[in-house]
This record gives sequence, structure tokens and C-alpha cells, in this order.
Amino acid sequence: MKPSFVRTPLSLALCGLAAPAVAADLDVSVQIPQLDVAEYHRPYVAVWVEREDRSVASNLAVWYQVKRGGPPGAAPAAGAPAQQAGGEGGTKWLPDLRQWWRRTGRELTVPIDGVTSATKPVGEYKLAFSQGKAPLGELAPGKYKLMVEAAREDGGRELVDIAFEWPAKARQELKASGKSELGAITLGIAP
Amino acid sequence: MKISLKACAFGSAFALLLPLAAQAHKPWMEPSKTVLSVGQWVTVDVAAATVPFIKDHVGIPLDNLVITAPDGSTVPPENAAKGKLRSSFDLQLNQAGTYRIANNNTNISASWTEDGKPKRWPPRFVQYTPEAFAKEVPAKAKDLKVTQVISRLETYVTAGKPSEGALKLSGKGLELAPASPVNDLYAGEEATLLFVIDGKPAADVEFELIADGSRYRDAIGETMLKTDKNGALKITWPTAGLYYLSAAVTDDKGEKPAKQRRSSYAGIFEVLAP
Repeated sequence: MKPSFVRTPLSLALCGLAAPAVAADLDVSVQIPQLDVAEYHRPYVAVWVEREDRSVASNLAVWYQVKRGGPPGAAPAAGAPAQQAGGEGGTKWLPDLRQWWRRTGRELTVPIDGVTSATKPVGEYKLAFSQGKAPLGELAPGKYKLMVEAAREDGGRELVDIAFEWPAKARQELKASGKSELGAITLGIAP
Repeated sequence: MKISLKACAFGSAFALLLPLAAQAHKPWMEPSKTVLSVGQWVTVDVAAATVPFIKDHVGIPLDNLVITAPDGSTVPPENAAKGKLRSSFDLQLNQAGTYRIANNNTNISASWTEDGKPKRWPPRFVQYTPEAFAKEVPAKAKDLKVTQVISRLETYVTAGKPSEGALKLSGKGLELAPASPVNDLYAGEEATLLFVIDGKPAADVEFELIADGSRYRDAIGETMLKTDKNGALKITWPTAGLYYLSAAVTDDKGEKPAKQRRSSYAGIFEVLAP
């Protein structure tokens, strides 16, 4: 008992020292704001990393109505026939995330493991990504933008971006904020 | 009087029947959306009016409507109806890629003077046949002009990623070339549309560009643009919305018995906010 008690802080410290060479982290926090509207639908949200030429380095998260109008897990895709059983298909509003759709969405088949999930209620959501692991993948050194886009049925659309350099030299916390469909967006990057 | 008024209205609506007259009424289409995901429906209005997208004149018959799917096959419209002020139909986008919706026509028409009065043939919606032409058009009429008319009215809608499979050329008349980004257009960005005539670059052709919403402006606000020597038309879209792009080229390449040829293109494009 005693040796392990001593060893634990030591191994944690070693871990911390070794971290820069092993894995860089990218943490994203997305706030879906409370809106005072008569008819509220949860927004569709896409989070991705854009290169300087605006091409997409990685798709981090897409929240849409996965189960609408079809059996779970068989939601229609950007590139697959939609609607079973007379439903409209939850992908119907994906093109409303119009920047995401233009840059990457229209070429994808959803759902995507580890990227797509159901829409979320009002709140703050923390997402953690690691270099070399899906969905972030291997991000080459360079300048990027974190893009967060939200579109809501019977509501508006908003795009918030945060520029960052990868890999970070030191731990950084970058902030931006939406005005209508998105609240505070935080990007934490660790070397 | 009533009949002649009607004939005048319809004649001008279908410039293909009045090749030498000014094109007073423009044929147009209005797709409900052009950038969609697979499985979604679009609905399209088809009409002719003095100003594009204004429903105040006549619906165009959909007999010549050809919808080409991304794989190059032809798909039928659903709920097609000829309306008083506009015709319409629905289309479900079951394939991924770009669909071309076209209402094209090729015809031969004649105009001449008889007893001091202008005459024309064929009447509205009547297709040229050599037999009817020989019967109806006097061979030695005064001021006889015989013109072949090739008219294209097209719009494009895309499910998922844009593709070029539906944009194959016929090689006849003025056409949009497949490499054009028909459903990848954004306000404030420059797009290059490529045009060909008989399959070759349509150089120095003047196009007219009209944005939707002219009813709520003081002026139609048309912009004149010209293709370069490679048939490339560069457009920087000022705002998001629907646009009507049209041009007509007159030459002497008409098929017999026509001498002249009038080849027209009208395309409807949706431009999105970036």
C-alpha cells in the first residue's frame, strides 16, 4: 500500500512530462444558449477543423436528428437514399448547416462513428480530442480554424470560428462567442 | 380581335415561334431549393413573363421537359400540371449528385409578307414538319425568312456532392458545359460558367443576368456579361438568391430549309450566402 501511494504522484508527474511527445490535445466547449421562442427545436450543430485553404482537416462533431423517420442507425445520408417508412429523414436539414455542407457534409455518408450524434438540449458541452486519434486524426503542424456552425428549424443559423496554430507551444485557452444560435465557444489546446 | 391578342401574347411568350421578334417574354423556372440531401423533394415552377420569376403571364407546357439524373438517365416529373400563370412539377432526388431540369425545343419557323401583311408559320406549339411547311409556307413568298430555333431553358439541383453526369452536351446550339459549378455558387465569390456552341467554346457571347426580386426594386437591374475567347463567363454574385442568365446567338447555320439559326440559353441558378 505504502509504495504505491508514493509511486502514484511520481508516475503522474512523469506522465505530464512525457505528454508533449506523445499526444497533443484539443478540447472544445460548445454552449447551446437558452432562447426565448415560442417554438423551439434543438439546433443542428457541426464542429470541424478547417485548413487555411478552407478545406476540412477533420470533422469533430455533427449533432442532428439521427432517428427521425427511419430505424435507428439507418438514418439516410448525404449520399444514400433517404426515408424509410414515409419519414422525411433527419438529414433533411443538414444542408442548412450550409458552410459545413459545402466544405464537407455533402460528401459524407452519415451517421459517422464517433462524429455524429443526436441533437442536444440547451447547455454546455465539452468535447475532448487527441492528436492521432479519431475523429481528430493526425493534424499536421500549421494554421487552422475551429469552426462551429449551428442551424435551427424555425430559427437562425450561425457560424463561429476560432483561429489557432497547431501544435500549441504552451497550453492555450481561446474563446469566442455566438450572438444568436450559439453561446460561448472555448477551444483549449495543449502541446 | 380577341384571337389576335391571344396569339400575340402566346407568340411572344414562346420566342421560338417568333425568332425574329424581340423576346418580350422570358421563359423561366423557379426551383424551390437547389442544394439538398438525398431523398428530398423539390418543386419547380415553369412559366414565361416579361420579367423572370414574376407570375403574371403564362405557364409553359411541360411536354418538352427532360429531367436528367446524375447517372445520365431520364426521370419523369411528378404532379406535373400546366397552370394559368405557371406550370409546376415535383421531383424527388433519389440519387446523389446534380440533376439537370431542361425544357428545350428545336423548331423551324418562317415569316413572310402576304398582301402587305406579315405572316408567320407554324402557329403556337406546332412543331415543324416538311409536309406542313411545304403546304403552309409559299415557296416564293415576299420577304421570306426561314429560321431554325434551338432554345434551352434549364435549371439544376443537387443532392449531396455536385456531379457532372447529367450535364452532357448535345452538341447543338448554345449550351452550358459540364465543368460549370451550377450548384456551388456563393455570394461575393467569382464563379466561372463555361458555354459552348455546337460543342465548341462560345466566344464573345453577351449574357444578361437578372436577380430575383425585381418586383421589389425600382429597376430590373440586369447586368450584361460577355464570355471570353474560351467561352468562359465569369460572374461575381453580388448577393444570395436566384438568378436568371440568358443569351441568344444568331447565325446562318440553320438546318434546311432554314438558313438562319437562333440558338438561345436561359439558366436559373441559386446563389447561397457563403
